[in-house]
Amino acid sequence: MESVLYNILGAVATFLLAFVVGMIYGGLNRKITARVQNRKGPPFYQNFIDAMKLASKRSAIHHGIMQHFGPAFIMVSSVMSLMVVPVLTHNQWFPNLNFHGDLIFLLYIMVFGPLGMALGAGQTGNPNSAIGVTRGLSLMTGFEIPWVMALVALMIQYHTTSIVDLMNVQIQSGTWLMFSSPFAFIAAVMAMLGMFRYSPFDIVGAPAELASGPISENGGKYLFVMMSAGSVFAFVKLTLYVDLFMGGADNLVILLVKTFVLYLIPVLYSLTTVRYRTEHAIRWFWGWPSFFGLLAILQAVFFK
Amino acid sequence: MINDKNSQKIVDIIQNWARQHSIWVLAYGTGCGAIELPPTMTSRYDAERLGVRGAATPRQADVLLITGYLTTKTLKRVIRVYEQMQDPKYVVGFGSCTINGGMYYDSYNTIKVLDKYLPVDVYINGCMPRPEAVLSGFAKLQERIAEGRAEGAKKYKENLEWYRANQKKIIPNWVMPDYNW
Ligand code: SF4
Repeated sequence: MESVLYNILGAVATFLLAFVVGMIYGGLNRKITARVQNRKGPPFYQNFIDAMKLASKRSAIHHGIMQHFGPAFIMVSSVMSLMVVPVLTHNQWFPNLNFHGDLIFLLYIMVFGPLGMALGAGQTGNPNSAIGVTRGLSLMTGFEIPWVMALVALMIQYHTTSIVDLMNVQIQSGTWLMFSSPFAFIAAVMAMLGMFRYSPFDIVGAPAELASGPISENGGKYLFVMMSAGSVFAFVKLTLYVDLFMGGADNLVILLVKTFVLYLIPVLYSLTTVRYRTEHAIRWFWGWPSFFGLLAILQAVFFK
Repeated sequence: MINDKNSQKIVDIIQNWARQHSIWVLAYGTGCGAIELPPTMTSRYDAERLGVRGAATPRQADVLLITGYLTTKTLKRVIRVYEQMQDPKYVVGFGSCTINGGMYYDSYNTIKVLDKYLPVDVYINGCMPRPEAVLSGFAKLQERIAEGRAEGAKKYKENLEWYRANQKKIIPNWVMPDYNW
């Protein structure tokens, strides 16, 4: 009984941490973008204000039951993946529900949110949402390939499908997987550019072109839930990368430093490029990133 | 507890503070004034530091900017856009054309006084208003929101018949699709 209570409390704490960190990173992204464009930019806590405003909207229109599911699905999938990814290496505060094969489970669950989003967006009947959804799913077929290749390479090389085992491998050998499986890391980081959907892969939300795509009919509280889920999910992705490739983190400060350094890659890359078209984006992912993924698998098979 | 007056007041203050510092603008480029928005948003005047930011769709927006003259034809679209926005919502009339018709005061196909058709919270005068004027307009709007006086949406709901009558005078063939607000 006690351990159940402890787990629930820990889960809530993990969620709060992910929410706060994700939101602040989003705010810092806006700040960095503004500084690069020679503007002062909003304060780093601007996203909290936006979220609070969205949550305090008085009316919330919906076009049917399925529209409730869109935000709910994203939230559920973000929280589920958050529970599987270990936040710190040795910790008492953040329990995680690890099991063997959670890497494969994670691959499934990370796709679950966008699919739920597609259901919700379909109900709203907005043509922009429909286009956004098709683009989102096409983009996913693009970046999932190098991403899965990188993970499969890790699985082959270390004979495990558990994130905790992979972290233990790094602790025992003393080198990060980033250096012992460099090709997998490169492929995974390139896939991450698509996962974050920042420019040049912002073809899903494209504000000027698609009027923010799948979320175009969601205002107020719906948008609030989506925004929070997005922030949590950003934290999950960054933590997962740190766990897999950068040896995890012993305490929160190290975790924040490592995740932020990783986060700078999509942020800074987005500032130097403009939006691709859908087919360009997919071709990009099926080019060099997939090639590095292939190299990673070859390395895993031949040089264990 | 929640219905208690004092706690409601505190909640209002916090919510109004959030609304005040996060203004998502739907710039409906009706007239020439729209050209002043890009400088307002970009590096020279940088409205984002005040929390003012563009919104992509009416559903996500807080402020509807009517940037200049409004022809009788676009009025219908503006009304649809306004009614799709989520409460609380504000309207900012931009330029003299929205106040009294401006240089189109005797035109046959523009409306003259925007306030008759939509509840305007803040007017920004000038033909056309410079970015400084736009920013001061936003500052005024923020002031009103903080004081809880920017309740255009409530006014619109309460006086819907009066607004509808005015709108129907301008738009003779009133065919609006059914939608819930
Ligand atoms: S007020 Fe002047 S600048 Fe603005 S729309 Fe009217 S004529 Fe154009």
